[in-house]
Amino acid sequence: MTATIRVDLQLIADMVEPGTRALDVGCGDGSLLAYLVNFKRVDARGMELSQAGVNACVANGLSVIQGDADAALRDYPDDAFDYVILSQTLQATREPREVLRQMLRVGKRAIVSFPNFAHWQVRLRMVFGGRMPETPSLPYKWYDTPNIHLCSIDDFRALCRDMGVRVERAIVLNSKSRRIQMPPLLANLIGEQAVFMLRRD
Amino acid sequence: MLDDLTDAERKALAQCRHAVLGAEHPLRLDCGVDLGPYRVAYQTYGTLNAARTNAVLICHPLTCDQFVAERHPVTGKEGWWDSLVGPGKVLDPARYFIICVNVLGHCMGTTGPLARDPATGEPWNLRFPVVTIGDMVRAQAALLDHLGIPDLFCVIGGSMGGMQVLEWAATYPKRVFSAVPIACAAHHSAQNIAFHEVGRQAIMADPEWKGGDYRLHQTVPARGLAVARMTAHITYLSEQALQRKFGRALQNRNVLGFSFDADFQVESYLRHQGSTFVDRFDANSYLYITRAMDYFDLAGAHGGVLANAFKGTPTRFCLMSFTSDWLFPTRESREVVHALNAAAANVSFVEVESDKGHDAFLLDEPEMFRTLSGFLKGAAAVRGLGAVS
Repeated sequence: MTATIRVDLQLIADMVEPGTRALDVGCGDGSLLAYLVNFKRVDARGMELSQAGVNACVANGLSVIQGDADAALRDYPDDAFDYVILSQTLQATREPREVLRQMLRVGKRAIVSFPNFAHWQVRLRMVFGGRMPETPSLPYKWYDTPNIHLCSIDDFRALCRDMGVRVERAIVLNSKSRRIQMPPLLANLIGEQAVFMLRRD
Repeated sequence: MLDDLTDAERKALAQCRHAVLGAEHPLRLDCGVDLGPYRVAYQTYGTLNAARTNAVLICHPLTCDQFVAERHPVTGKEGWWDSLVGPGKVLDPARYFIICVNVLGHCMGTTGPLARDPATGEPWNLRFPVVTIGDMVRAQAALLDHLGIPDLFCVIGGSMGGMQVLEWAATYPKRVFSAVPIACAAHHSAQNIAFHEVGRQAIMADPEWKGGDYRLHQTVPARGLAVARMTAHITYLSEQALQRKFGRALQNRNVLGFSFDADFQVESYLRHQGSTFVDRFDANSYLYITRAMDYFDLAGAHGGVLANAFKGTPTRFCLMSFTSDWLFPTRESREVVHALNAAAANVSFVEVESDKGHDAFLLDEPEMFRTLSGFLKGAAAVRGLGAVS
């Protein structure tokens, strides 16, 4: 059992109160789930698209089912969880707005992390390279990327405003995965990824 | 009890435990009949701990029985779930108190159509009341009461065993800490009922069946029961598995026989499956047990909404299905998962890649063992059952 997880997952884990109920949508190999269960006594469940990921999680004693954010969230009743977590997956969903809405229906709070498409490296490659950007946080070719709904930090804030969702916390990380605290305009340029905690207003 | 036991029953009861229940409080069956007294044959492995927290109930499928992990008293074959149960295996008797109960209506020692009606002293045969999966589970619960086991750490089973697991979780949620329904569904599909009906018609069309009173006439509807088994056996396999195992290979010959002998290996294999089945299974029991599966409809019993069967359930679930199982396809396990999610239950679900069809749950499937061992490890930690090796 390891106590170290990816920096953005650690940030998410820090936002979750101990002893609560959480659903991790797109839980991958279950590292965040395992951390929440073992170190924060969270009643944590997972949902994962890849069968290999699901099987690995269940074999490690985690409660995980196969499903994708677009469809499977609809099965859950209102307020089933204290937190619904979606890390680095929102941009790969078919209907991000509906997924967010479902997350905030099923959970009292939603925690979302995503890569910032307005990061300066992305802008440079697009403007001067004239090619679709490939960066450490967006390592795909345009033709094989699962990311079909990329957005910037400011885009995401605008969507939250539009949906009437309250942003309780917003943490921006630079390309060295360090937290930065800057005015929004600058954060949208320097931030490589962001973690938001949202709540129904 | 006054029963004139069959050879198989005598051998079975000599190798397992049994209890006579329902003398004072008969079992109210779903069909409305009060059954009692009735005998329940069961086998156990391991020891119940002082806190009575380590009991595991294995629910057996249609044609298996309580001899899970030992040489079978009738066939002499190894236990049907030897791969799962035993020292050093996923279900280790050193750790768990494992119970498997021969289901109501069966023919390995538990009361069924072979027994006598205590009211008349006559053999039940086809006058035995039609039993359901719910009746089987209530009889198992009555046995646990009798044994002083308040609740179960885990209820596990595949196929009809999985149906019992679902029924257990729905009927006795507080007595089921964790539930593992494998390769099953919350109801029997039209196609599955259809296959069962073919089997039953084959038995009843056998002139030796004599309206179910064959023991009275000292006959055995062997051909009918064998055909029923052959039909069912095809549904337990997959097209790929049959092709891989047999293809069009011929049996003990190089050229076609231009006859209706078993030219093909697959025919010879099925005939063997049919004829050996007759030695260990009773034809009337086959009618009753298949009927119980056909009648199973958990949503139907809960106002048509499956999620209602699991409302507020405290049980931890782990469902498993197999990619090539066309008798209980993954889709049907997923329906149960959806219902459990709708009830906000704690549920895991794994679809195991296998080309072995429905029978995969009885075979050596490492991924199934890994999943199950991980799930039990997690459940044991929450239950406080101590460290798992």
